[in-house]
Amino acid sequence: MVGVEKTLADYPNTLPDLLPRPFLKWFGEKGWSPRAHQLELLARATSGENMLLIAPTGAGKTLAGFLPSLTDLTRRGPLPSGSPFVGVHTLYISPLKALAVDIERNLMKPVSEMGLPVSIENRTGDTPQAKRQRQKTNPPDILLTTPEQLALLLANNEAERFFKDLKYVVLDELHSLVTSKRGHLLSLGLARLRRHAPDLRTIGLSATVSDPMDLRRWLVPQNTPQDDGPEAPAGLVHVRGGAAPDITIMTTEDRIPWSGHVATYAIPAVYEEIRKHKTTLIFVNTRFQAELLFQELWTINEDNLPIALHHGSLDVGQRRKVEAAMSANKLRAVVATSTLDMGLDWGDVDLVVHVGAPKGASRLAQRIGRSNHRMDEPSKAILVPANRFEVMECQAALDANYLGAQDTPPVGEGALDVLAQHVLGMACAEPFDALELYDEITSASPYSGLTWEMFERIVDFVATGGYALRTYERYAKIRKTKEGRWRVSNPQIAQQYRMNLGTIVEATELNVRLVKRNQLGSVGRGGMSLGKVEEYFLEQLVQGDTFLFSGKVLRFEGIRENECLVTNAFSLDPKIPAYAGGRFPLSTYLADQVRAMLADPSRWHVLPDQVRDWLAIQRDKSMLPARDELLIETFPRGNRFFMVAYCFEGRLAHQTLGMLLTRRLERAGARPLGFVANDYALAIWSLNDMGAMIESSRLSLGDLFDEDMLGDDLEAWLDESFMLKRTFRQCAVISGLIERRHPGKEKTGRQVTVSTDLIYDVLRSHEPNHILLEATRRDAAAGLLDIGRLGAMLARIKGHVIHRPLERVSPLAIPVMLEIGREPVAGEAQDYVLEEAADDLIAEAMA
Amino acid sequence: MMNHRLALAAAQTTGSMTCAEILVNGVAAHCDPLGALYLPDLSCLVVSDLHLEKGAAFARRGMMLPPYDTLATLNLLSAVIARYDPKTVISLGDNFHDRRGSELMPAPFRENIGTLARGRDWIWINGNHDPDGTFDLPGQSMDEMLLSGLIFRHEPSLIAGRGEVAGHLHPSATVARRGKYVRRACFATDGVRLVMPAFGVLTGGLDLKHRAMHGLFDHAALIAHLLGRDRIYSVRFGNLIG
Repeated sequence: MVGVEKTLADYPNTLPDLLPRPFLKWFGEKGWSPRAHQLELLARATSGENMLLIAPTGAGKTLAGFLPSLTDLTRRGPLPSGSPFVGVHTLYISPLKALAVDIERNLMKPVSEMGLPVSIENRTGDTPQAKRQRQKTNPPDILLTTPEQLALLLANNEAERFFKDLKYVVLDELHSLVTSKRGHLLSLGLARLRRHAPDLRTIGLSATVSDPMDLRRWLVPQNTPQDDGPEAPAGLVHVRGGAAPDITIMTTEDRIPWSGHVATYAIPAVYEEIRKHKTTLIFVNTRFQAELLFQELWTINEDNLPIALHHGSLDVGQRRKVEAAMSANKLRAVVATSTLDMGLDWGDVDLVVHVGAPKGASRLAQRIGRSNHRMDEPSKAILVPANRFEVMECQAALDANYLGAQDTPPVGEGALDVLAQHVLGMACAEPFDALELYDEITSASPYSGLTWEMFERIVDFVATGGYALRTYERYAKIRKTKEGRWRVSNPQIAQQYRMNLGTIVEATELNVRLVKRNQLGSVGRGGMSLGKVEEYFLEQLVQGDTFLFSGKVLRFEGIRENECLVTNAFSLDPKIPAYAGGRFPLSTYLADQVRAMLADPSRWHVLPDQVRDWLAIQRDKSMLPARDELLIETFPRGNRFFMVAYCFEGRLAHQTLGMLLTRRLERAGARPLGFVANDYALAIWSLNDMGAMIESSRLSLGDLFDEDMLGDDLEAWLDESFMLKRTFRQCAVISGLIERRHPGKEKTGRQVTVSTDLIYDVLRSHEPNHILLEATRRDAAAGLLDIGRLGAMLARIKGHVIHRPLERVSPLAIPVMLEIGREPVAGEAQDYVLEEAADDLIAEAMA
Repeated sequence: MMNHRLALAAAQTTGSMTCAEILVNGVAAHCDPLGALYLPDLSCLVVSDLHLEKGAAFARRGMMLPPYDTLATLNLLSAVIARYDPKTVISLGDNFHDRRGSELMPAPFRENIGTLARGRDWIWINGNHDPDGTFDLPGQSMDEMLLSGLIFRHEPSLIAGRGEVAGHLHPSATVARRGKYVRRACFATDGVRLVMPAFGVLTGGLDLKHRAMHGLFDHAALIAHLLGRDRIYSVRFGNLIG
């Protein structure tokens, strides 16, 4: 069960040496004994090793992570009153505020039962100002916090004093932290902590990953000159998974939808499962799915079962209530998004329902791990595919025993915008020497390859924007002192830094306030705040549109100042946004499995009848591609011509492909108007008949799908892509070019008085090699565009592209055709739209 | 949304373009796709909301926006002046993004404006961003100007709109066809008065259906002249999305 490389006998220390008396007594009273991996971690960390603990949920990871600190603090004993300032002993960093709060609760229990002389507090964005202030003068032994709060503490001029006594940094959910810009920010914070406390040790806690080496390196300083070669990676304690989970796919009599991500068809079946189990966790991929499911469940909740909703946009008070009720076993079900994904310890969850397809294995394993915390018993989970393709995806995942295999998170190269933010933060803390800071930064593993030249450009960017045209010297944010150190120009800069810190930009959010309409039809002012919703979702709405939020159907009334005003819609038919689907693209491995299943009718017998029939009809009306083929269908519909490509490479790669193909089709004279992508296919529509063009050899599919599109076409498209503009916006905000908030003016994204799109255009036309554009291209290539995957596909399908001209839309095309919504158009087609609108006016005038 | 204007600003060349020829209070006017209004009978060119030195205004507050906006806007202005060679140029206010803009503007841009203004009458109408007028630049500053039945001012007046040419609101409009939306800056006119699109490259737009536009126009006669790549697209108000 617990597969640890070493056993207790391997340790020369006897148990009492490792564990002080109160611990032994506590374990004895509980009738428990410490687990081997907990002791191994304790022994090795105590002897000075940085450590990585990989263990499935329920293996006692949290206690293991804190044992070195708790035992050390117990040996130290309580501080005599009147003793001089002692800095924080242990820092615990979690990716979620909720997790920090939850850990405090879970850690305080054994600590108070053992009567340990250890103070534990959390510090998050929700911590009141007075408490933060007190924490600075009188820090707790163990501080539980988030990467952003750490960055804030480090940018303070008392950071050295606060952290000088630091012994341990415990990093929870490390596998999830390291992949994002928050992880980059955290790695830089860790490098700075090491300067304040050179002897600190790191303890990383992670769910199972297939190749832990990246994480082990992440935990130790890089590029540091050592007497005996480079620093060894962190030590590894790997607890193998417990019993294999019991996973099934939900089958219902109801019709499985063609497309979409919400699985409303399965609601009654899900409700039945809730009734049959003690506590059910229902995971979905987005908050909109969460909202809809929650509402639908309550519509049929005839037994009035306590079913709650939990997602990141809800008011913090509401979330805390749900968490408390959950741990007190007062709920029968919670519908949740990834805010509940990680590490939170719940009561007796005996079933996990996952709505939507797995997409990637680590995510699913993590979620299933939520059920049944005794790791020796199998967890129980039900997958609910939301559409027909997802049925195949779920089945392929189970057939391949995919859940045993785990995706390794890409740590990735450190983002440049994050680096710029950090450099300013370090100048806020105290004047820095560029060489010293460079050495410190390159000791963080994501930045270990950063060149000196690039670092200098970043410093220049922070100071004056880094422009070739040097007109901003007199407005510089940081300046070099006579001693050659960089310091902030004035205290206001530091204040601006503190107000704008952080790496999470994608959600420019507006507060949602429920107001009432008076008899005259105008909306009032006061009303309950329901939480926050992304601005870019609101931008799609016009007054009167209805949407689901906070478990209610709301009517959008408008934006006033920085709030979104809504009224009760008294309707059961909300408008659900088109993009509400999963945001995580299908993994390469699963994509291949789905293609294999599609091509092999002998495997279809496990699929539900409707899905089997769908595939059979497709085979009759068109065809099913072999595993290594790319099927292209063309057909007319309405006043347009369509081309559907079944690539199975995930939505991000398809979107990129769509952009590039649209350019090529434009050049070929097909006059494309737009495209839409889902995880499985890409549909492009045009004014001219692409099918006829292919058949008459005016359009070559080989040329169209040639790998060379990733050359000049990609470059040219990147330059005008709206996705690049969105990425640029993030880079501009994170790097500090644009402020989210300005002292004295609480600005929301909407009120930023200059559009980042315009800045992007100006910069691109006048200084195309500016560092922020470079940062944007890097981010986009790695993230949004999934270039690597697209390239692999183009290579694979070379010579295997098959065209089927059809009279009408094929069965396989239905899911992607149903996704056609509001995608921006690119290039020439923009002016066609204008032309037609103008022509209408002429027709009207001539009539 | 204004890629093509930026590209033109950088290249300093313009190809052939098609204007919309309209009447404002009986005076003939050409809406130019670059965002300027030309009055052929008066040999007068009107631009609005240049917002020069916007980047620098932000830099003074610690946001280092690209220092190229003034150059880009002046390049566009230079292109449109070259096309019409007008006797008079009227800049309809918010010429500079803030009060200190014209004083702190780097010398090369100052010379650039000097060259453009040589041999012409240049009128700086004061705007809400730059109410104090310009500093050490050719031309005259004033709050309003009357010319041949037209009145030029920065902010549209709610009570005296006949014959008014104003700016301030940065109008833009959205059209939809085949499920696609395109939003562009536009001239807005009902034949009685006209509101100019913003000319500066770092200026955003405000939708013609926004409540700030209410009460200005006779909606039945209102037409949005949208700035296209090389021509103006004229769309009746009722056919706009918003």
